[in-house]
Amino acid sequence: MHSGEDLTAPGATQGSYLEHGRGLRSWLFTLDHKRIGIMYLVLIAICLVLGGVFAMVLRFHLWNPSGGLVSNDVYNKMFTLHGAVMIFLFVIPGIPSALGNFIVPLQVGAKDVAFPRLNLLSFWLFVAGAALFIATLVVGGLDTGWTIYPPYSLESSRGLGILLALTGVFLAGFSSILTGVNFITTIHRMRAPGMGWFDLPLFLWALYATGIIQIFATPVLGITVALGFLERLFHLGIFMPEYGGDPVLFQHFFWFYSHPAVYIMILPAMGIVSEVVSVFSRKPIFGYRFIAMSSIAIALIGFLVWGHHMFVSGQSKWANVIFSFLTLLVAIPSAIKVFNWLATMYKGAIVLKTPMLYVLSFFGIFGVGGLTGLFLGALATDVPLHDTYFVVAHFHFVMVGGVLIAFLAGLHYWWPKMTGRMYDERVGRIAAVLIFLGFNVTFIPQFFAGVAGMPRRYATYAAEHQGLNRVSTVGAIVLTLGLVIALWGLLASLRRGARAPANPWGAASLEWTAASPPTHDNFDVAPRGRKPYDFTGLRLVSEEAGWARAEGEGA
Amino acid sequence: MSDQATSGLTPSEVLPAPARFLAHHFSSMEAQSETSKLGIWLFLGSEVLFFSGLFTAYGVYRANHYSLFRYAHHFLDWRMGALNTVVLVTSSLSAAWSVRCAQLGQRRGLNATLFLTLLLAGAFLVVKYFEYSHKLHNGIAWGAACHPSEHILDTLPPAVRAVPVPSDLGTFFSIYYLMTGLHGIHVLVGMGLYVWLLARAGRGDFGPGYYVPVDTVALYWHLVDMIWIFLFPLFYLI
Amino acid sequence: MNENPAGTATGEPRGVHVMPPSVLIGTAAALLALTAVTVTSSRIDLGEWNVVVALAIACTKAALVALFFMHLKYENRFQLVILVSAALFAVLFVAFVMFDTTQYQPSIRAAERHVEQRAP
Repeated sequence: MHSGEDLTAPGATQGSYLEHGRGLRSWLFTLDHKRIGIMYLVLIAICLVLGGVFAMVLRFHLWNPSGGLVSNDVYNKMFTLHGAVMIFLFVIPGIPSALGNFIVPLQVGAKDVAFPRLNLLSFWLFVAGAALFIATLVVGGLDTGWTIYPPYSLESSRGLGILLALTGVFLAGFSSILTGVNFITTIHRMRAPGMGWFDLPLFLWALYATGIIQIFATPVLGITVALGFLERLFHLGIFMPEYGGDPVLFQHFFWFYSHPAVYIMILPAMGIVSEVVSVFSRKPIFGYRFIAMSSIAIALIGFLVWGHHMFVSGQSKWANVIFSFLTLLVAIPSAIKVFNWLATMYKGAIVLKTPMLYVLSFFGIFGVGGLTGLFLGALATDVPLHDTYFVVAHFHFVMVGGVLIAFLAGLHYWWPKMTGRMYDERVGRIAAVLIFLGFNVTFIPQFFAGVAGMPRRYATYAAEHQGLNRVSTVGAIVLTLGLVIALWGLLASLRRGARAPANPWGAASLEWTAASPPTHDNFDVAPRGRKPYDFTGLRLVSEEAGWARAEGEGA
Repeated sequence: MSDQATSGLTPSEVLPAPARFLAHHFSSMEAQSETSKLGIWLFLGSEVLFFSGLFTAYGVYRANHYSLFRYAHHFLDWRMGALNTVVLVTSSLSAAWSVRCAQLGQRRGLNATLFLTLLLAGAFLVVKYFEYSHKLHNGIAWGAACHPSEHILDTLPPAVRAVPVPSDLGTFFSIYYLMTGLHGIHVLVGMGLYVWLLARAGRGDFGPGYYVPVDTVALYWHLVDMIWIFLFPLFYLI
Repeated sequence: MNENPAGTATGEPRGVHVMPPSVLIGTAAALLALTAVTVTSSRIDLGEWNVVVALAIACTKAALVALFFMHLKYENRFQLVILVSAALFAVLFVAFVMFDTTQYQPSIRAAERHVEQRAP
């Protein structure tokens, strides 16, 4: 038994990618997708904490209807940066860059992604983008809301913060485009022999669909922020009415990316759910082709609905009707996935380990989030709900309850593979339950506050909403506690966790045939593709040795 | 640029050892080449969407300020635009030919076509420089800073000269400078890439066994040409 | 997915299509000819059709560059799918935004008139 062994002790990870080259330079200039994934993971976790700090300022400030914790101006800066940091630096890049980078080559059976140097460039672009966001804090912050609508955001009296933020977004966006190029190319061209398109793990289908959006949508964000930057400096007259421009045009430009961006956020999360639900139900995924194709469908239909963010902006009536109809359509492929996941669980042998607890949370929370989107997609109900806390609750349900929770599921699921350590299951479960409870107590009241008319992005509110806001703040404290415990549990495992076997969960996709953690080149013997959800022949040898296929059985 | 035999060069000069440029995670040079091409095509797809924002701005403003656009395009000299079109089409020809030379191991042809592409790209930017400086010296800047001088107004056709200068002339020129400027930046980047290719070609890196950088840079260059194919009529002709 | 080693010792690489000079020069000639056509047609007043003709010629030229100079005609079909998809998304964006902005112009003018009437 080697539990309790220090990760840094010699022999703990001998021969693994963690030992291949030492020193800071071997990490900062690495071409190894696994190290790049770990570096992304660390940076993204820091950004999550930063975004969370801003959130707690907001929730404590909203304890009282008249505010009082911070000035109105600081409050505006807090919600702007909470949104911007969370969206651009955590939810969009999180799963693809931190988990995807590590897992994609392992799942296809390759030594690395298609373009390792481009991968490193993606990372450093992301670092630069994140640094610029942090820099906005130093120069006085940004108070425009993360959606940076002109004319307010581009007025000359706004400080330097907007220019830094626009540049940060541009760099982070470029990073995202290059990641998409890398993943699509890797999945197309570097699959192990025998691995056809319909032998791919669904996580890869999800990242492929995500890559389509990253490549085709993000450039529009790039040109939007570039135009905003130049408009602010040179008064070009594209968006600013006082120079002859059109501010609604900005919204078209902005949302053409930012709506597909939410599918960049959720598709990888759904990919993780597919993996975990199958393994922890001990059953092949139900409706594999439907789930795979629905990922592509979501990516494509997602490009057609951006105007549902603009129903009250001055957009034409025709546009409103068309976008509303198409928005209701995009719910269909998501629903197909949910039904297939539930069918996977039906008559399965459910294993309630931490990743599965998060996935069960996902079903409940994402389900509600998706359903509340229908109210917002329907024109008549959107008009009174627009810019209220109903919207805030809806997107937190899908982004936190969907993406963050799936991210935690994936992080725990692949933690043994990435670090060679087993996290403590009890700590993991406690954290998962606290997060589920804390999340719901935080955000369910916000649906009611929104329906009652409480507007978003206001530092104060009518006294009648006080009860709901206080419940929400208490929930946020519980949610924070859960996240801290989850993080602590994972970090503690690096010192105290049991040594992880190659296949601790009895999964069938290729990454579980590599060592935990993998060697620099991933596989000792070049692998052949096999059915990723075929568990026949997999037997639990022991807790320490994990699962293995009996000789001659299974694919 | 004819089909001469690669006489005078040793086989290793014609075909540098592919292993030298084969990355460790690819099983063969062909796998690496096909993968690189897929990668560049995906990137070019993103470039199309990047420019689409500006084409949208053009379309929106033209549709809603139709007479402004009909008026303002007279400030642009269609002969300079046509010249630049000829320059870029020829440079695309030489870029495509450079791929052929690399594929056939024609080192002299490769160097000549790479150099010609670079030269023509430079010529494009020289013409652009003359266009821009003429406008800027005559007060034609972007947005609110657009104040055409009497001198340049006098160069307009009489029927156009008689019309009062629209107050939103600057909006047209904002879009003009944005689109031709972004395109010009892409030309400049292309020149840098061709300098890099020339340096590598000079070292004898390219031949039938390995020419994917020549191919991928040429693909980028053809996209730059394609963008101009649309910019030319949209600004200079209609 | 293909495992064949690339190239032979001399001459044409195995299995790779090399563009013949005739096709390259022919494409360039066609592009130059179409440039002359587009310039000439723009000097004839066709009213609204000038824009349509100019764009149609530009699309034809772009197709020639894509199919021949970028050798999409001889390549893996998927690369053509990438270019066409990108173009379709771009057209979707341009067209829909143009449509919506033209549709809401009347409400802008109404608001401007309203402001003018209220100005002292």
